[in-house]
Amino acid sequence: MTTATSTTTITRTRLNDISFNRRIGSGVVELLVAVLVYFAFIRTITSDVVTKFVMTPGGITVGKMGDWIVPTQITLWIILAFALIVGIIQLVKGFGKVTNLMIGFVFLALIFGFLTWQASGKSINLAGMLSSAVSMAVPITLGAFSGIICERAGVVNIAIEGMMLMGAMVGALVGSVTQSIWLGLLAGIAASVLLAALHAVLSIKYKINQIISGTVINIFSTGMTSFISQKFLQVHQELNNPAMFNRFPIPGLANIPLVGPIFFNTTFFVYAMFILVFVLQFTLFSTRWGLRHRAVGEHPKAADTLGIDVIKTRYIAVLLGGIIAGLAGTFLTLGSVGRFDEGMTAGKGFIGLAAMLFGNYSPFGALGAGMLFGFADSLGSKLSLLGSAIPSEFMSMAPYLITMIVLAGFVGKGHVPAADGEAYTKE
Amino acid sequence: MKKNTNKTQEITSAIIQELNGEGETKKQKRNVWQVIQIPALAILTGLIIGAILIAVTSETVYAAFAQSFWKGWAQIGTEVGTAYLALFNGSIANPGAIVAAFKSGDQAAIRSALNPFLESLVQATPYIFAGLAAALGFRAGLFNIGVEGQLFIGGIFATYVGYSITTLPAYIHAPLAFLAGALGGALWGVVPGLLKATTGGNEVINCIMMNYIAYRLTTWLLTGPMTRPGMAGMPLSPMIQKTAEIPQFFKSPIRFHLGFFIALLFAFIVWWILFKTTWGLNLRLVGANPRAAKYAGLNIAKTTIIGMALSGALAGMAGANEVLAVNHSMATSLSSGYGFDSIALALLGNNHPVGVVLAALLFGALKNGATKMMVVSSIPIDIVTILQALILIFVAAPAIIRAIYHLRDSKVQTQEIQLSSWGGNSK
Repeated sequence: MTTATSTTTITRTRLNDISFNRRIGSGVVELLVAVLVYFAFIRTITSDVVTKFVMTPGGITVGKMGDWIVPTQITLWIILAFALIVGIIQLVKGFGKVTNLMIGFVFLALIFGFLTWQASGKSINLAGMLSSAVSMAVPITLGAFSGIICERAGVVNIAIEGMMLMGAMVGALVGSVTQSIWLGLLAGIAASVLLAALHAVLSIKYKINQIISGTVINIFSTGMTSFISQKFLQVHQELNNPAMFNRFPIPGLANIPLVGPIFFNTTFFVYAMFILVFVLQFTLFSTRWGLRHRAVGEHPKAADTLGIDVIKTRYIAVLLGGIIAGLAGTFLTLGSVGRFDEGMTAGKGFIGLAAMLFGNYSPFGALGAGMLFGFADSLGSKLSLLGSAIPSEFMSMAPYLITMIVLAGFVGKGHVPAADGEAYTKE
Repeated sequence: MKKNTNKTQEITSAIIQELNGEGETKKQKRNVWQVIQIPALAILTGLIIGAILIAVTSETVYAAFAQSFWKGWAQIGTEVGTAYLALFNGSIANPGAIVAAFKSGDQAAIRSALNPFLESLVQATPYIFAGLAAALGFRAGLFNIGVEGQLFIGGIFATYVGYSITTLPAYIHAPLAFLAGALGGALWGVVPGLLKATTGGNEVINCIMMNYIAYRLTTWLLTGPMTRPGMAGMPLSPMIQKTAEIPQFFKSPIRFHLGFFIALLFAFIVWWILFKTTWGLNLRLVGANPRAAKYAGLNIAKTTIIGMALSGALAGMAGANEVLAVNHSMATSLSSGYGFDSIALALLGNNHPVGVVLAALLFGALKNGATKMMVVSSIPIDIVTILQALILIFVAAPAIIRAIYHLRDSKVQTQEIQLSSWGGNSK
């Protein structure tokens, strides 16, 4: 009853055009960007300064591209003009369905302008920054995928953080002991799946509140990984020294300038992320399995009536989520850092959940959100190298702030699986 | 609405009866064993599993098993025995030392023999505040996982008032600094509350985001504007004024302080608000059954906002207490994970102030004893976190405990907490 009405309202608001206030608000924001560009950036520099963008990430031998040198002030004027024009059109006519997209473009231009201004008279490795953004997006995006799989079937999973941490630790430990990165990867995933199984049993069988069950697993995982780390990994350094996945250039594609080094000359994990986004999108939305999976998350009773095994579907969903979270965890030790540190996930699992919400429970949306968060991370570390006036702590707050703003502005209107977080009792 | 006043009152009184556990469940509530059997058995089971963990991660146990089967078991006994004896001596007292101290009649010796117990109370104090914060949130149907961040901001506020004001007498300065801490926590807590009430954004993810923002803000403040002069960018605040300190009762090594009794006072205040005021009743009604509360004409948004503010204030007091009574300055190591622990405390104490105080005493004793245990048998202090997670699992899923110990299904109604998924109020 309530579900049905809420679904119709969602469809209706989606079909509706952007409200008047929203239109004016967006236009004003875009004009403010133009004003900001003028006063904060353009007025502070002279017209003869140039900015140099290095277009090849460090340590790359194929797919090189020449440096890109732009006159700083003219670039900023172009950005200002863009924001101004978009803002005026928005105020006068409105962009309708693509309003959000246009705001996105304006902010992208603002970020680019900010970089150009920040690095004026210096050089900045743009390609290196994008490449590290992709790499930083991996655990966040995979975490989001894990969340999507679980929550589309109606199980809230805030234990992703804990699963990642456990996967990271076990991956490093087994990878070091067996001297095999692949065994490390498998073991890390297996450890994460064990925690996922615990979450499944607690929340599906014992019907504990799913958020509490997830919190318990996070606490347990933090304690267990720190315990083992202090007891063994820190005492015997050889137990925490796994080999790492190397770059694997894809023949041909890796030679494309700029795109090649960023997307086609990376590690197994980045490829896995890009393959998974297609696999998930296809299986969830274009197969019978996916339809059943989503039905369980939307209306388990109806699904049950039609002969779908709700309990089994949910178990499978949580275990699959565990596999993906384990993959994200092993990326941290075997793909990125090369050893396990206590608490090394540093909230990436939670940001992954935010990416899932931001991406509106769709794999491609989650990938986009993950990339955005990864970019913010990478921007923050780059700016602290450039000696920016903005403290790095404020830059690293950005993903969290963006998440909160997005949650406040968009998610309320987005689509949350109707039976998300509710235990199912067969009648 | 006015037409239905009579009906509304009927519904309300029915719900009130239900909430107060009047009627059928009253008789069973008197049976103490029924109330404490699950927590007690959960703690016991947790300790048993902890003992297994100690045994299987001990190298000496494996060495002894290599010699002979019985020696192995004997070694397990010694290991676990030493560890848990150290846990007891470190958290309560060493009986031998007490007897010796009283025989000698030396005041200082008696005090130091009693110190482990007093130190446990010191450790329990922030747990009481934090646990009350989480419990109050749960009672209002709010999952305040932002205790950690609220605690940090509370600490920052208390520290600032503590060191920047130099002319106040102690009886004004210390309470002022303490209340500033509460205010800081309330400000940080009210944001997710406001967001939930106005946009329906889930408080869990917002609280988690606010935690990370609080942590980065603290780091920036302590290395920048609020740093101690001459510390070369170490994240450490100046020492607070003597007048701002919450007094300690004994000389230096014993840290037992007035804050413990302030915590007990606030436990009483929370109990009084929740169970003796109309407003507390409304808050519990909103938490127990939001839909009924809505039909009864209660203002859910207002309750949500005030509930989060009060919960945040209690969390802020935990931070203020640590700064003003124990550390006398603020560092980034202010919290040892009180945020997640507070959830455990609230659940363990069944969201009742008395239960929370008891749970906090247990956690304080465990944490204090674990330090001793680490010294004596080199078991990492994180075992306490694992124990807490295990206890929490068993408390949250009593069915597991009942299955292990073949208990009959209890008819005592446990308090159901209404927590939805990310959709928030919209559902």
